[in-house]
Amino acid sequence: MTAERFPTFQELQEMFGELVVSMGTESDHHLYVDIGGPDVRGIVEHLLREHGARIVTVFAEDRRSREGFFFNYYVFEQFGNPQYFVLRVPIHPHDEEFPSLSAELPAVNWQEREIQDWFGLRAVGHPNPRRVAMHDNWPDVHPLRKDFAIGTSLPRFEGERHIYRPALGEGVLQVPVGPVHAGIIEPGHFSFAVAGEPILYLQLRMFYTHKGTEKLFENLPVHKAVFLAESISGDSSFSHGTAFCQAIERAAEIEVPPAALMTRTILLELERIYNHVADIGAIATDVGFVVANAHASRLREMLVSLNEQMTGNRLLRGMVCVGGVRRPWQPGHHHTLRRAVDLFDRDFDRLIALIDSSDSTRDRLEHTGILRPEKARDLGIVGVGGRASGIDLDVRRDHPYAAYDRFSFRIPVYQTGDVWHRMQVRIDEVRESIRILRRATEHAVDGAHCAATRPIPPDRCALSAVEGWRGEIIHWVRTGPNNRLERCKVKDPSLNNWPALVEAVQGNIIADFPVINKSFNLSYSGTDR
Amino acid sequence: MFKIIHQSIRTGIVTTTYPETPANVPPSFRGKPVFDFEGWLDARPAAEVCPTQAISVRDDGDHRTVTVDYGRCVFCGLCAEAGLDQAVRVTQEFELATRDRGHLILTAEYQLHPDGTQRQLLDSATREDDVETAGRAVHTAIHKLLGRSLAIRQIDAGSCNGCEIEIVALNNPIYDIERFGIHFVASPRHADMLLVTGPVTRNMELALLKTFRATPEPKVVVAVGACGISGGIFGENYASLGGVDKVLPVDVYIPGCPPRPQTLLHGILLAVGRLEQKQ
Repeated sequence: MTAERFPTFQELQEMFGELVVSMGTESDHHLYVDIGGPDVRGIVEHLLREHGARIVTVFAEDRRSREGFFFNYYVFEQFGNPQYFVLRVPIHPHDEEFPSLSAELPAVNWQEREIQDWFGLRAVGHPNPRRVAMHDNWPDVHPLRKDFAIGTSLPRFEGERHIYRPALGEGVLQVPVGPVHAGIIEPGHFSFAVAGEPILYLQLRMFYTHKGTEKLFENLPVHKAVFLAESISGDSSFSHGTAFCQAIERAAEIEVPPAALMTRTILLELERIYNHVADIGAIATDVGFVVANAHASRLREMLVSLNEQMTGNRLLRGMVCVGGVRRPWQPGHHHTLRRAVDLFDRDFDRLIALIDSSDSTRDRLEHTGILRPEKARDLGIVGVGGRASGIDLDVRRDHPYAAYDRFSFRIPVYQTGDVWHRMQVRIDEVRESIRILRRATEHAVDGAHCAATRPIPPDRCALSAVEGWRGEIIHWVRTGPNNRLERCKVKDPSLNNWPALVEAVQGNIIADFPVINKSFNLSYSGTDR
Repeated sequence: MFKIIHQSIRTGIVTTTYPETPANVPPSFRGKPVFDFEGWLDARPAAEVCPTQAISVRDDGDHRTVTVDYGRCVFCGLCAEAGLDQAVRVTQEFELATRDRGHLILTAEYQLHPDGTQRQLLDSATREDDVETAGRAVHTAIHKLLGRSLAIRQIDAGSCNGCEIEIVALNNPIYDIERFGIHFVASPRHADMLLVTGPVTRNMELALLKTFRATPEPKVVVAVGACGISGGIFGENYASLGGVDKVLPVDVYIPGCPPRPQTLLHGILLAVGRLEQKQ
């Protein structure tokens, strides 16, 4: 496939006239275009159809006090082009509305509704404009507006008045589940419409764990905000931490020393495999193969112990910092890592052989929870769930960061989109990660582990992406004075992928829901923030 | 079937013997930070860098009150790197659970030099709750009932999922919490203990209360992690209430971000009085 190119400024201006105002800043990572009005439907359609672009995220910013407007940002990427393309779109405070793209582009459904909830900007023409990020009993407040104080005390939550789409018909039942679930998992509400065993339709209610994270980013100095980034999604602490630090480094033009980039790469891969191996075990458990899970959780424990040995924390917290990593790579670490990886590799093969030997497991997983590639494309699915359904995306290859440009690795892509193949993607990725880790230990990592600290210049914007183990993590920041932030947008891959679960469960029996859900294993906290 | 047995025999026994024998914790592990209050020359740098205000400094003329709250600590270790006086040291101590929120809070009073550094330690203390003795009698009764076999319902009241990862690990073959007769159950109606994580978001408050009410008496509530104890890095804000005890009576607090499995195990055994019996 040849690399695509985004349209030049002249090209856009010829097509859309005065709507396209000026070319914004450009760097290796991004290219901004300033738009004159809130209606970008034509430009977006042009980018998607003629330039093979994919929409990455949509988010807003309150710039009324500085520039007199709210802004919407539409971020795009293209296959083979490392630059992100960003449309910066003003919304007049008197109008407080913008035309919705969701009808044509379901991938932005929740993100546009977040803008409605958090900024009070109406997405006109949205097919389902109800609240998503704030539950129905929230008062009429918009927390990410600058005139809303983070400590504002709101009336207590009195219960949901949310109306689910009714399921009608003879023998059709609605089964409510959650937010407190039967297992040790995060809270969310699932409303199943079932006809006998098969699921007709699943409705989701998320944001039970919304804790004001994006607002809090605006109220912390940058060095403390790193810990907040690590707490966006507990099992992706290092990925979110790295995505955040990378955004700051790009905004402040801090050059991260090569040794730190290598350490980050190693730890990012360790995070990937400790989560993947746990998921493989959990998928096995959900179809009754608990022995496999016992071995998988033993392997996970082996890896988190290794994490602790090398970083002081089992979940790799407190290791990444702006400019690099907090502690140097010890001379013995290479040997420790190498030995652990060898041991893990051997036992991982045995685990997979065990799973492969179980016909009943395979029988339960194949053809279960199918997400077809065309649906996955329409819904904008990313990460493991996407790659099992033909979506060939991986930030490590598409927008290289850390030391990934020094490694070659295979990105597994399947077309079948069932639970079995979502597990296969994980198995393949663990094996690729093992190769990356082995290669990383072949070279000594010398030099500084962190760039010298210096003040962060205000009013700089930067976008950063990391391929967390779930998929594409995006952080976008605007720096403020005194080493603080004006805005930090966080997009966890889970936000993209919940609609995939809704799609995949249809027609499956309710007893298969846990394993289908587990095969995506999305982060509630990452979604809700 | 043969493959399963073969693999199990080949693996052997992997379960740890903690708490009968001490846990094997690597030297790099960041556990409880300890404070040399006597030798501390200036608490301000540590307070300045602390991401969760677990260390705070209040000055009043030439008098300073330093407060350390392990219930807020995320064990990042920045405080130990901040000052030049090396008064803060990170240890490998992890058995941090307590019945008394006040036990997690240390205070130190100082007289100051004109430049704001600390001249002399006047007093240092642990804050004790007044209700402590009253609560004891109730606890003893609960221990008799729940001490031998315990059913736990875990509730995520807005956590980042970090605590859940470690709670799930309690069920793996390494920590194997079932060897103590402790089970995680699916319904609060079957539970003796609620293990609550997260800062309690506005959106989870009602669900948490309803789950608590659905749990039969007698019951114990355990607040897990910096968020569960104090709101942690999220603190109190428009969407976060700032800790489980803002909503429910809490019997035991387990600090950590997240608490490692042994810390959780220690806290759970403490909550049902199985530690005293052993000692």
